[in-house]
Amino acid sequence: MSLTSTVAGSARIVTVNADRIDAAVAIQFKEDMRAETEDGPDHVILDLSGVNFIDSSGLGAIVAAMKQMGSGRNLDLAGLTPTVDKVFRLTRMDTVFNLFKSLEDAKAALRQ
Amino acid sequence: MMTNVFDHSFDATELDAREGIGTVVTRLRTLGLNDDRAGDVEIALAEAVNNVVEHSYPDTDARGCVGISARWVDDQLTLKIMDGGTPLEGGNMPAGREADLSVALEDLPEGGFGWFLIRQLTESVSYERQQDKNILCLIFNVAE
Repeated sequence: MSLTSTVAGSARIVTVNADRIDAAVAIQFKEDMRAETEDGPDHVILDLSGVNFIDSSGLGAIVAAMKQMGSGRNLDLAGLTPTVDKVFRLTRMDTVFNLFKSLEDAKAALRQ
Repeated sequence: MMTNVFDHSFDATELDAREGIGTVVTRLRTLGLNDDRAGDVEIALAEAVNNVVEHSYPDTDARGCVGISARWVDDQLTLKIMDGGTPLEGGNMPAGREADLSVALEDLPEGGFGWFLIRQLTESVSYERQQDKNILCLIFNVAE
């Protein structure tokens, strides 16, 4: 698993380069997110379009990534594939994060 | 009547679990399970297997084996997950309640979703301890 990060306008975009965020990579994901987000824009968009599966450890790691950014900053999620989307909706975590169908939608929402 | 039965086992490590879960779900897809139901089955199975890796074999130097036995008869898919590790605490499955999300950012839960997801995604789930083995039985309705 690896993360790629770019800054576009007022947001940092972090792309997950992995098919799964599961128990085997959850801790690494959280630490890599800390490295990518500890400075720079307050607004971060996590591009999950390449991720086909997430388990509760992966979900917990995304929550942890948002918490470690601190209050007053935002972590939006973009490009959720069907199974990933399902885990967010079942656990009601879709009420905690802003979810966008695509990275383009997430970027467009920021421009408004 | 359509009946498909198969078994798969692997070592109780996170990486072997990932491969084992993938193998079982791929096999079910090959047998005709659609994408939507395969996603549900994969989420529930992954939570059940992760629990075994984390709790049944807490001593990382003495990890055992996880066995999965699948039985698909018509609209009903049964997955039995077996291990020779520690029994469930109190001999019962946790209730798996929905997490309370109406809390401050720093108090948001980072875990405890596993049993809730298993209960949400299965038709029924049962647990028994038999001859020093844990047997968790997940039943799914996989009608099209």
